[in-house]
Amino acid sequence: MGKEAAKKGPLASRPDNSAFMQQRLPAWSPMLTASTVLPFLYCMAALCMFLGVLLLITVEGTQEMKMDYTEAGSCNDCFKFLQNVINAGKSCSCKVMIPLEQEFKGNVFFYYGLQNFHQNLRKYMDSRDDAQMVGRKYNLKKPSPYCEPYITDKNLPIAPCGAVANSMFNDSFSLWYHSPSGPIAVPLYRNGITWYTDENVKFRNPYSNQSLAQAFNGTTKPPYWQQPVYKLDPSNPNNNGFINEDLIVWMREAAFPNFKKLYGILKRTKEPFTNGLPAGNYSINISYNFPVQHFNGRKQVVLSTVTWFGGQNRFLPIAYLVTSGLVLLMAVILTVIWWKFGRNAKNMEE
Amino acid sequence: MECFHWLRHHCQQLVASDRACGWYSTDSLAAKGQQEACGAAAQGRLGGKRRTVIARRGPYQAEYHDVSKEFQGNAIRTTKYSLLSFVPMNLFQQFQRVANLYFLFLVLLNWVPAVEAFQKEITMVPLVVVLIVIAFKDALEDYRRYLFDKKVNDNLVRIYSSKQNAYIDQHWQDVRVGDFIRLSCNEIIPADVLLLYSSDPRGICYIETANLDGETNLKQRQVVTDLPLQGSELTPESFYCRIECENPNYNLGRFRGYMEHSNKVRVGLHNNNLLLRSCTVRNTDTIIGIVIYAGHETKAMKNNSGPRYKQSRLERRLNMDVLWCVLLLFAMCLTAAIGHGLWLKRWIDPIYSIAEQISPTLAGFYVFWTMIIVLQVLIPISLYVSIEIVKLGQIYFIQNDLALYNEQLDSGIQCRALNITEDLGQIQFLFSDKTGTLTENKMVFQCCTIYGVQYPHKENGVFLVLARCKAGSFTTTTQSPMAAWHEKAKAGQDTSNVGLTNPSDQMTDVLQDKGTQGDYCGDDNAPHGRAETLGVSRQALEDWASGLYESRQMAIDDQLVYEAESPDEAALVHAAQAYHCTLRGRSVGGLTVDLLGTAGCLDIHLLHVLPFDATRKRMSVVVRHPLTGQVVVYAKGADSVIMDLAKKPHTPAGEGYSNIREQTQKHLDNYARDGLRTLCIAKKVLDEEHYEAWLKGQLLAETSIENREELLMESAQRLETNLTLLGATGIVDRLQEEVPETIEALQRAGIKVWVLTGDKQETAVNIACACKLLGPNDQILTANCGSKDACEALLQQLLSEVGGRDVGEGLSRPSDGENVASSNSAAGDFILIMDGQTLEWALKDELKGGFLELSRQCKAVICCRSTPLQKSQVVQLVRNHLNVLTLAIGDGANDVSMIQVADVGIGISGQEGMQAVMSSDFAISRFKHLRKLLLVHGHWCYSRLANMILYFFYKNVMYVNLLFWYQFFSGFSGSVMTNSWILILFNLLFTSVPPLVYGVLDRDTPAEILMEWPELYRASPNSKVYVSSTFWLTILDAFYQSLVCFFIPYLAYAGSDVGVLAFGSPINASALLIILLHQIIESNTLMWMHIAVLLGSGVFYFVFTLLFSMGCVTCSPPTNPVGVETLQMSQPLFYMVCALTTVTALLPRVLIRALLNSMSSSFAKMDKSGPKEYVERMRWWNRTRSRTRTLRVSADDPGLEPSDNLMVS
Repeated sequence: MGKEAAKKGPLASRPDNSAFMQQRLPAWSPMLTASTVLPFLYCMAALCMFLGVLLLITVEGTQEMKMDYTEAGSCNDCFKFLQNVINAGKSCSCKVMIPLEQEFKGNVFFYYGLQNFHQNLRKYMDSRDDAQMVGRKYNLKKPSPYCEPYITDKNLPIAPCGAVANSMFNDSFSLWYHSPSGPIAVPLYRNGITWYTDENVKFRNPYSNQSLAQAFNGTTKPPYWQQPVYKLDPSNPNNNGFINEDLIVWMREAAFPNFKKLYGILKRTKEPFTNGLPAGNYSINISYNFPVQHFNGRKQVVLSTVTWFGGQNRFLPIAYLVTSGLVLLMAVILTVIWWKFGRNAKNMEE
Repeated sequence: MECFHWLRHHCQQLVASDRACGWYSTDSLAAKGQQEACGAAAQGRLGGKRRTVIARRGPYQAEYHDVSKEFQGNAIRTTKYSLLSFVPMNLFQQFQRVANLYFLFLVLLNWVPAVEAFQKEITMVPLVVVLIVIAFKDALEDYRRYLFDKKVNDNLVRIYSSKQNAYIDQHWQDVRVGDFIRLSCNEIIPADVLLLYSSDPRGICYIETANLDGETNLKQRQVVTDLPLQGSELTPESFYCRIECENPNYNLGRFRGYMEHSNKVRVGLHNNNLLLRSCTVRNTDTIIGIVIYAGHETKAMKNNSGPRYKQSRLERRLNMDVLWCVLLLFAMCLTAAIGHGLWLKRWIDPIYSIAEQISPTLAGFYVFWTMIIVLQVLIPISLYVSIEIVKLGQIYFIQNDLALYNEQLDSGIQCRALNITEDLGQIQFLFSDKTGTLTENKMVFQCCTIYGVQYPHKENGVFLVLARCKAGSFTTTTQSPMAAWHEKAKAGQDTSNVGLTNPSDQMTDVLQDKGTQGDYCGDDNAPHGRAETLGVSRQALEDWASGLYESRQMAIDDQLVYEAESPDEAALVHAAQAYHCTLRGRSVGGLTVDLLGTAGCLDIHLLHVLPFDATRKRMSVVVRHPLTGQVVVYAKGADSVIMDLAKKPHTPAGEGYSNIREQTQKHLDNYARDGLRTLCIAKKVLDEEHYEAWLKGQLLAETSIENREELLMESAQRLETNLTLLGATGIVDRLQEEVPETIEALQRAGIKVWVLTGDKQETAVNIACACKLLGPNDQILTANCGSKDACEALLQQLLSEVGGRDVGEGLSRPSDGENVASSNSAAGDFILIMDGQTLEWALKDELKGGFLELSRQCKAVICCRSTPLQKSQVVQLVRNHLNVLTLAIGDGANDVSMIQVADVGIGISGQEGMQAVMSSDFAISRFKHLRKLLLVHGHWCYSRLANMILYFFYKNVMYVNLLFWYQFFSGFSGSVMTNSWILILFNLLFTSVPPLVYGVLDRDTPAEILMEWPELYRASPNSKVYVSSTFWLTILDAFYQSLVCFFIPYLAYAGSDVGVLAFGSPINASALLIILLHQIIESNTLMWMHIAVLLGSGVFYFVFTLLFSMGCVTCSPPTNPVGVETLQMSQPLFYMVCALTTVTALLPRVLIRALLNSMSSSFAKMDKSGPKEYVERMRWWNRTRSRTRTLRVSADDPGLEPSDNLMVS
C-alpha cells in the first residue's frame, strides 16, 4: 500500500516492470523427454543393480532359525493343559529341540515371535498411559481414561494400566547347547534389548526413597499378570517396575499381527560362544504361560544374526534387482521409441 | 457452492435489512431485486412510498423530528463486522461453507467415544487453522474498509447551523437529511442533495460524475425551478417548503418528487435537480442544497455492489469429482466396516480384544465412522481454500501485467470477479459489441449530405481506416462531390470574398465552402435554398450538441474544448467549429454561436430540448430562429426513424423533395457501406398557435409526478411529426489499434467471434471487413426476412448450402494433414449476417435449432440492428444449447445484459460511462488486451489451476490410501501407523504450500509462444488438462503409488520386530518425497521460489518429525513417538526403503511423461524445427479429431443444392 501511495503522476497505476511481476523470472523447465530421461534411467538401473547385488550378498551371509513351539515337542502337553479353562493362570514348562546345521557367526539375537496377535488394533493400542509409564505419581494413582477397561481392579488403580500391559507375553526361555561334553546353558544378555530413549525417557519408575514396592504402594497388578510390576524380574532387582526391559519391549506395539520381539542377545564372553553359536543341537526350556488358542495364535522362537540393514530379509535385494530390471526395460523401450520417433520427425520435416 | 453463496448473501440481506440495507451488498447486480424488496420493507415502516423532507434547521423543527426519525445519517459503514461482533459473525459466516461444516462434523464425530480416532484436540487443528486463516483475511479486508470509511466520514463539509446562523465545518458523518449544505467549486458532494441555489446567474451548476460512473464530462444540474427565493442567497431560516420525493432507490437516472411551497404551490422535481453523493462540483463557485438522502440511502451507495460470485466451469467439474471422492471415501469406509465385522466374528475372546462385548455388526458400524475421521483427508476440503488463494495470486499477476496497461488512461485491467480466471482459458464463443469495443468510439465528422447533395469533409479523409476494405469506391466518392460542390459554390452569390481570406493551408477549399455557407445564411433569395439549410442545419447540430454539454475555454491556446454526452455529438460540434460556426457558450435559455458570415455572435433562443431516448431513437430541440423569429423544431436521430417521420413532403416542391429524399437515402447507404455512422436531420417550422398548444401539453407532462416519462414521450412524439428532411451526416468511428490482429489471433485460437451491434447491416459488414472478421475469400450468408416462415425456409436453405459444401469437402479431403489446412483456408469460411428482425424469428423456440446449427458451421456471425435484449438472448442461446463457454465484451449500457448473461463478461472502460464495467467480470481499456488476457493469462490460469486441482486430488488419494492399506493388517480397526499430529499436519503444513506456488507460478508455455501461436489456446492437447479421463488417471496413479509406497516398506519390514510408528516412519517420509517429486515431474517450469518451497517443505517435514520425536514425551497420548523417528532415520534400512519406494512409485509417471513428450512433438523438437511445424501438426491433430463430428452434422442434409441468390460476396 505504501508503495502505491508513493507513486504519483500520470502513470500512477502502472504496474512495476519487474521480472517477477511480469512473470519473466528465469525458470528451469523439467520437461521429461526421451533424451533427458534416458541417461537418468540407465544410471538408475545400474545403481539399483549395484545395491541389489550388494544387499543380496549381505543377506546371504545371515542365518536365521525359526521354531514354532506352540504344539511342538513336550509343549504340546502344555498347550492342551492351558486349553482347559480350569488351568488358566497356571504355569507349565516344556522343552523343544532346535538343531543348528550351520554356525551362527557374530551377534546372535534371540527373539520370541507371535502370530495372529493384533497388537495394532486401534482400541488395544490406545489402551495405555504413557504418563503413568513415565513415572508420574498423579497418573500412577489416576490412570488415563484411555486405559479402559483396565484402569482399576477392585478399586485400586492398575499399574501399568491398559490392555497392552495386561496382555504382556509371559513365557520365559532358557537356551541350552548340547555340546559333545554335555549340555551348556547358553548365556543371554537380558538387558540392553531396548532402545536408549525407551529406557531413559519413555519409561521411568515412580520416584520413591524407599523400595520399589513402596513406590507402587496403592496400586494393583494387571489382572492377567501373576506378579506385580515390581517383581517382574526376580533375578535382577534393577530390572523391575516400569523399566523392566521385557515390559518395555512389549509396550512397543508391533506393526503387524505376525511379529517377533527381542528376548535376549548372546553373551559372547565364554567359550564356545565367543564367535557366535556353534553348529549342533540346542534345546529351549520354556515356561509356557501365554495362551494363544483363543485367537488361533502361534508362538515361536527365532535365532538370528543381523546385518547393517536389519535381520534376514530377502525382499529388499530382490526388489532392488527387479526395479533395476524394470528401469532397464523402460529405458530400452524408450530408446527404441526415441530412435524410431527421431526418424519420424525427420520424415515430417522433409 | 453456488447455493451457499446465495445462502450467505441471503443471510447478509437479513441482517442488512435490520439496518435498512446497511452495507454493501456483496452479490452481483442480481441482488438489485432483493434490494428493492428490502427497500419495500423499509417503506412499509415509513408508511407509504414517499419520504417527506423538511429543513432540519428551518421553521418546522418540531415536525422535523417526527418525519425524519427513520432516515439514516450520513455516516457510512461498509465494514461487515465491529470489534465485538467479529468473532461470532465471522464464525457464523464461515460455517456457511460446506467445507467448514464438514470439518465441524468430523470434530464432533471425534468426540463420540465409540468412534474416536484421534485425540480430540487433533481433529480440531485443520478446522481451527482454516478458520483462523480465513478470519485473518476477513479481518484485514474489513479493517481496510474501516479505514476507508473513516476517511470518508471525516471529510469536512459546511452545514448550516441555526445557532451561529452560518455555515460551519462539520464532518460528513454528521450530515442529516434536511440539512442545508454549502459547497464550493471542486468539492465532493457528501450526500444526495437537492440543488436550491447556485452562484451561477442562470441557476445551473456543473458536476463531474467520475467517481460515480467514470464519466469525466461535466453534467449540468438545475436549481429547482420557480423557487421564490431565487436570486438572493437562500436563507434556511425562511425555508417553508416541504419536499415530497421517492424513497431511496438505486436508480441513478431517476428522481421524482415535488416541492410544496408554503402557499401550496407544487413544483416538480426531477433528476436534473439532484446532486448525487460522491460527484464533484465544477465550474460553479457556490451552491446550496438540502440533503434528501444520506449515507447508505444515497443512490451512489445503493449502486455499490461488491465483487461478483460466479462459478467457473472448472469448479463445477471439481464439485463433481469431489462427489466421486465422497463416494470413494464411503466405499473405503464400508470396506473397513465390513472387514472389521467379519474379522471380529472369527474370535471368541482374544487376549488383545478390549473386553466390551459388542456384536460385530455394531463394531463394524463404529469402525465406519472412525474410518471417516481417519480418512477425512480424502475429501480435498483444503482444496477450496487453496483454489481461492491461487486465484488471488493469479489475479495479482493479471492485474500487474504491463501489457494490459493503458498509458493514456492510466488504467490497467480490473478484475472484478475473483473466481473465474480459468474460464478465460476455455472460451469458445466471443460476443462483441462493435461501437466502442472494436472501435474507438471517438467520432470524427466525415461527410454530410444536405438536400441530396454530398459534402465530404476532407480533413478526416486520412483517418478512414475503414475504407481499406472498399478502398476503390470510397476515393471516387470523395473526389467527385468536391468538384461538384465547387461548381455550386461558384454559382451562388457573394461567394468568395470571405472564404478567400482564410489561411491557405491544405484545407482552404473546405473552409471556403463553409465561408460561403455563412453568407448564404442571410440570403433572402433562396428561402428554401440549400445554403440556408446547410447553415441552419449546422446551427441545429450545434443546438443539439450544445444542448447537453458545456463548452469551456482553455486559457492556453484559446481553443474551445467541448465535452459531450455522446461522442457523435462532440464530433458534430467540432465539425461545425471547423466550418467557422463556433459554439461560444450556453446559457439557460439559449446559446451563442459565432457564425462566420454574420456580424459577430448570434444568440439563438433555445426553447426546449427533448432528450434522446432509445425507444424514440432521436432527440429534438425547439428553437426560435434568430433571423426569421420562427419556432423551429430540429430533430436528429437514426436514419430509419427520421426517414419515416420525414416521409411526406409538405413543401411546395413535392417532387423535388422526394428526389432529395431518394438522394439522401442513396448517400446514407453509401455512408453505411463505408462504415460510417449515420444521423439524419430534419426540421419542422411551427406556427405560434401549434407551438402554444404543444407547449401546454409539454408543461403538463413536465410537472406531473406519476407517469411522467410516458407523458413526456407522448408529448415529444406529438411534436416530431411531419418533419422535412434536411440531410444526414456521416461520422467515422475509428477502429481501435490492433483490432484486426486480435480478432485474427482469437479466430486462430479456435474462438468463434460474433459481432452483435445495433448498427446498420452495411456498417457492420464494413467494420467486420476492416477488422478482418471477414476474409477476402469468405462467403457471406445474409439472412434478412420479414416473416417467421420465410425465416425458417431461409435457415433451411442456408443450412443445406453450408452442409452441402461441407460434405463435398469432407469427401474430397485428402489424407495428408497439411493439404487439408491449405485447401480449407483457400476456400474460405462462411460468415452469417443477420438483421435484428430475422434474429427475432431465429430466436424463437422452433427455429433456434436451425439457427444454432447454421451458426455453428459459420466462422463468424454478425447480428446487426440488435437490441440489448436480443444480444443477451443470443448469448444465452449459444451458451445453453451448445454448452460452450461464452465471453461477452462491450462498453455501453446496451451491452450490460449480454455481459451479465455470458460466462465471462468483459467491460471496456471507454467513452460511454461505466455501466458495462460495473456489471463485468473483467474490465479492460482496449480491445487488443483481450488477446493477451485470453491467450496467455487465460491459458495459464486454466492449466495452472487444472494441474493444481489434479495434483491435489492425487495428493490426497495417495496419502489416504496408505492409511487404508494398513487396515488390512490391523483388523480394519481404524488404527494408523503414524502419529496423529504428523498425520494431520501432513496435509496442512508439509504439502500445502508447493501446490499453491505451482498453481500461481507454473507456466506450461512461454508467453511469447502463446501470443505468437494462438492455436495453442485450443490446439494443444495439454489445453484439456482437467477432464474426467485425466481425473481418473490421476486417481489410478495415486492408487498405484500408494500401493508401492505401502507394500514395499511392508515387505521390507514384514516379520521383523518393527513397531507401529517405526513402520510408519519410512512410509511417511517416502510419501512426502514421492508427493514432492511428483510435483516436479508435473511442473512445466521451476522457478527459484518453487524450488525453495519444495525444498522447504521437505526439510520442514524432517526437522519437524525429528524435533517432535525428540521433544514430545507425553504430548501425544496414547501413541508415544519419542525416539522412533530419530532411531529410524539413523538406520540405513530407512533410506534403502525410501529410495526404492520413491523410484518405483514415480517410474510409470516418468515413463508416460517421457513417452508423451517424445511421441507428441515436444518443445525440444520445436527448438530445432521451429514452432510452425508444431502448430501445423497440432492443427492437423485437432482436425483429425474433430472431423468425425463435422461429418456427422453435415450428413443431415446432403442432397440439397446451394442457392446462389443468397450469396452476397
